[in-house]
Amino acid sequence: MLEVLDGGWLTTIQDLGRPGYERYGIPVSGAMDFFALRVANGLVGNPPGAAGLEITLVGPVLAATAPCLVAVTGADLTFRVDGREMPMWMSVFVRRGSVISFGGRRRGCRAYLAVAGGIEVPPVLGSRSTYLPGRFGGWEGRALRAGDRLPIGPVSGHLPERAGRRFPPHRLPAYSDCPTVRAVPGPQDDHFPPEGLETFFGAEYRVSPTSDRMGYRLEGPPVARRRAEIISDGVPPGAVQVPPDGQPIVMMADHQTTGGYPKIATVITADRPLLAQCVPGESRIRFAAVDIAEAQRRYRETMEMLERSWE
Amino acid sequence: MTFPRILPVGDAALVVEFGDEIHPDIHRRVLALDHALAADPFPGLRETVPTYRSLLVYYDPRQLSWDEARRLVANALARSTDTPMPEPREVEIPVVYGGEFGPDIGFVAAHTGLSEEEVVRLHTSVTYTVYMLGFAPGFVYLGGLPEALATPRLPTPRPSVPAGSVGIAGLQTGIYGLSTPGGWRLIGRTPLTMLDLNRQPPTLLQPGDRVRFVRIG
Repeated sequence: MLEVLDGGWLTTIQDLGRPGYERYGIPVSGAMDFFALRVANGLVGNPPGAAGLEITLVGPVLAATAPCLVAVTGADLTFRVDGREMPMWMSVFVRRGSVISFGGRRRGCRAYLAVAGGIEVPPVLGSRSTYLPGRFGGWEGRALRAGDRLPIGPVSGHLPERAGRRFPPHRLPAYSDCPTVRAVPGPQDDHFPPEGLETFFGAEYRVSPTSDRMGYRLEGPPVARRRAEIISDGVPPGAVQVPPDGQPIVMMADHQTTGGYPKIATVITADRPLLAQCVPGESRIRFAAVDIAEAQRRYRETMEMLERSWE
Repeated sequence: MTFPRILPVGDAALVVEFGDEIHPDIHRRVLALDHALAADPFPGLRETVPTYRSLLVYYDPRQLSWDEARRLVANALARSTDTPMPEPREVEIPVVYGGEFGPDIGFVAAHTGLSEEEVVRLHTSVTYTVYMLGFAPGFVYLGGLPEALATPRLPTPRPSVPAGSVGIAGLQTGIYGLSTPGGWRLIGRTPLTMLDLNRQPPTLLQPGDRVRFVRIG
């Protein structure tokens, strides 16, 4: 059991989401940085889709009521056990009664904490991911706060022996405060004049302070559009909608399933972790156009590398 | 533009557009393709999202390239025109109109020049079609609103609309599945549970269902 002594700024239980329900208006949700959650799970010997904690900007304080094996990945929020800083991207043994905490934020936006056995809250529609706007999934559909006691699934083997496993740093995505994010133009790129596409793929955008798990609102040169609205249709994660003011919005994990703004491009799956680590109000991003074959190649490479890492 | 057209949506999805207007015939073709894919899914097909005039199709890019996915969907499209569709379900939705459950019914009456009684009579007089569920969990978009009832959205959305609320926005009527912020003009509320996360499927209504509202209370 992990007992929450302080919830931090926004800490939620997330797994890889609940696909299969978008036709009912239910978003996929899940870890914003799927790469970091998968690695954290791999380091502690969990299946890739086990539920862990998504920790935003300011970390929680957690007490281990039993010995456990944890790994922290993603943003560097100064991970500590009993006040001592511990390495990230590595499995760490935590004794009964020890306290996990975080210091200042150094880099990135979202850290992931996986614990061997996974966090065993009841699944909702096949997933333990928290969907805050709908107040379901995770821990009572909300962010963690002091007093919550998170049950951990069963583990086998001798935990201290499994500590010290590392993920090679050269395999990490190109996390940055000003990443270039690759995107495939479309599906509604014909709703934009050539200068609209030039602006979008040429300019630098700031991630606005109002950005959240639903969407990243970008601030920068307005993208010219040909037509105002489209008839609402399906919106996948990573889709970039352009509302009338020309300021793009990137759909993130908790995005609404349908929308009526034309979509100029779709961020490639492999680069969504880069977006997840952008800090609202601070990070700046650029978009680079790639074709679908390149996007699919990157996705396959990423997934194959993640799988190979645990052989 | 010629329809239908198949467009890529990033590396793991494509969309089939059947037109660019809201029309029952266009929507029927969306559902026909959705049905054809569900009846005979190809390996690597992940999920489909039917909407007014398009079908979003998710596929696994580790199993299928864009060209392969496009070809498989094009085959299903060809097949869909002669796959028989199941008869649409007919569902009655009981609604308490006006009062605290339909706080905007007075505005709708004033805007349309009808009495509140006539608003209810007209709203319960026709059979609607579920065009899609979307934006928020379990929200139901219905086509077929009598034109005399068309009323614009609220200028500023309410921070919270109770689940089961029945609203009007322009030429559409809809039902909130979950308590969410919302800008539709609320004329009533149904006591039915529109969204139940412990149910499979989780929503009471599905795209293509035929709906009649019945006044209660």
